[in-house]
Amino acid sequence: MSNFLAIITKPDNIPITLLLVGVVFFSWLALSKGKRNDVRGTPIEATKDDKIQVWPYLVRVEFLATILVLAIMVIWSVSLNAPLEAMANKSLTPNPSKAPWYFLGLQELLVYFDPWIAGVVLPTIILIGLMAIPYIDINEKGNGYYTFKDRKFAILTFSFGFLVLWVSLIAVGTFLRGPGWNFFWPWEKWDPHYVAVLTNADLSEYFGIPTHLPDASVNPVASIFGAVCVIGYYTIIPIYWLKKRNTDILKKLGLLRYSIVAFLFVTMIGVVIKIILRQTPLLFGLNPIKYVWVTPWFNV
Amino acid sequence: MFDSFKKTEVYKSVFRHSYQDTQRNRALQVVDNVFLHLHPVRIARHAADVSYTWGMGGISFLLFLILTITGIILMFYYRPTAQYAYEDMKYLMNDVAFGPLIRNMHRWAAHAMVLTVMLHMFRVFLTGSYKPPRQFNWVVGVILLLFTLLLSFSGYLLPWDQLSIWAVTVGTNMARATPLLGHEGPFGPQLGMRPDNDVRFVLLGGTEVGPPTLLRFYVGHCIFLPVIATIFMIVHFWRIRKDGGISGPDMNKKAA
Ligand code: HEM
Repeated sequence: MSNFLAIITKPDNIPITLLLVGVVFFSWLALSKGKRNDVRGTPIEATKDDKIQVWPYLVRVEFLATILVLAIMVIWSVSLNAPLEAMANKSLTPNPSKAPWYFLGLQELLVYFDPWIAGVVLPTIILIGLMAIPYIDINEKGNGYYTFKDRKFAILTFSFGFLVLWVSLIAVGTFLRGPGWNFFWPWEKWDPHYVAVLTNADLSEYFGIPTHLPDASVNPVASIFGAVCVIGYYTIIPIYWLKKRNTDILKKLGLLRYSIVAFLFVTMIGVVIKIILRQTPLLFGLNPIKYVWVTPWFNV
Repeated sequence: MFDSFKKTEVYKSVFRHSYQDTQRNRALQVVDNVFLHLHPVRIARHAADVSYTWGMGGISFLLFLILTITGIILMFYYRPTAQYAYEDMKYLMNDVAFGPLIRNMHRWAAHAMVLTVMLHMFRVFLTGSYKPPRQFNWVVGVILLLFTLLLSFSGYLLPWDQLSIWAVTVGTNMARATPLLGHEGPFGPQLGMRPDNDVRFVLLGGTEVGPPTLLRFYVGHCIFLPVIATIFMIVHFWRIRKDGGISGPDMNKKAA
């Protein structure tokens, strides 16, 4: 427990606590405002669209906010010192070595993916996906007021990505990952000598296909099996969804938009699936799954 | 006395109009002031409501200003070489008057800005403010988010202590695995990538985080990134106005 308290009160980690509190508060605020608007029918913002003068009505809010922020920054800076550890030393690796807090969600994903996915491909997809949002969400409703009813899918998807995959993984990566990036509950002591004995398995091995041939080269059958799984996952789900649910989704969005939405959505869920694939076997005393798809050049 | 001062040419040249509380003067107050005239003269009532915008965009900008000022002060005391960087930090923390205050404020404001930018994005999403005509400003926003993170990350290295080099080592190690361009990434080796010629090498100015990295990150942190971020902020603010101010429900479409 003392470990956990030490980590949570580390000056550099205060933003994470603020983030958690902030995210809960603002989610609640937005939800309750959205609900109120949904019940009312006409959003309340629409009744407040008469014009007011910026001076004084906006300027005074900005002025107060400025004073408040400055006061908080001064108090924060007087009471907590920015960390300054021992001088940089290339031959002394701290354990655990952690990236700055806002990247810890990505570092946490290193448990589940190789660096080229967790560190390069996923961040790229996140950025491009974010930029694509205005162009793929063509729902005209819900522009400029809080609501839930008018855009359920958009809000649920974005909130899942932001709150669960981004914010909560940051919290896990910072607060619950100790030496060797091993998982420790808050009440457990960080034991630097703890070694998690894990024999990894690949998905194909659960189906009786060994990943490697006796000469240690990659088994082509396993490669093909993996390719079928991954490519199948990316194609079958979007097509199935079209067939099963309403096909006018395609008419509304067009093929290109639909494909992008499906790709981004399936990728996001894929991250969750990979986490589940790795963690659930452990619950049953089985070997955790490391790769779904192994090739001589890259592994997924 | 003040009244007669108000009649002088100096006073008039600075303040340009009287301060009687009239509609016209309230408007002039905004238009005649170079800082305030970023604003429109009049806005929708709900746009000044903190519970609608959460004020997070404005606070991000304020924090950026605080960071610029404290950052410039820090530059007077800091030399970006492996030999001096750490010593300068020690000196700053122990011997410079108000040194710790300035450094702490720079660091905490940086953290806070990452936080407020994320919350700002969350708000903009939840009010659907990226919808037409504001699509492009959302894209500009995503770029600002990226630059905010890069600024924070590049600054993290500068104290040149254990915390900073290892955090940056962990972060930049990812670049080795870049597909095609990293020496451990898919198809990287096949394309001739080695530790001494891949993207990570370009980023670090070496095969590991070392003195050239410090200089690279310093220049990026103090010049390249802030200048670009500033340019995007100018576009961001200008677009807010061109897109019709803060978003609000369109009453023509949504019948009551
Ligand atoms: C350095 C970072 C940023 C700064 C300083 C900044 C600043 C601002 C400010 C002052 C506003 C006015 C309204 C408000 O305060 O909420 C605003 C609005 C807006 N921002 Fe940002 N922003 C930043 C990053 C972002 C990001 C990351 C996004 C989205 C990905 C974004 C998208 C928008 C949009 C679409 C609007 C218009 C909102 C509306 O009309 O309701 N901005 N920004």
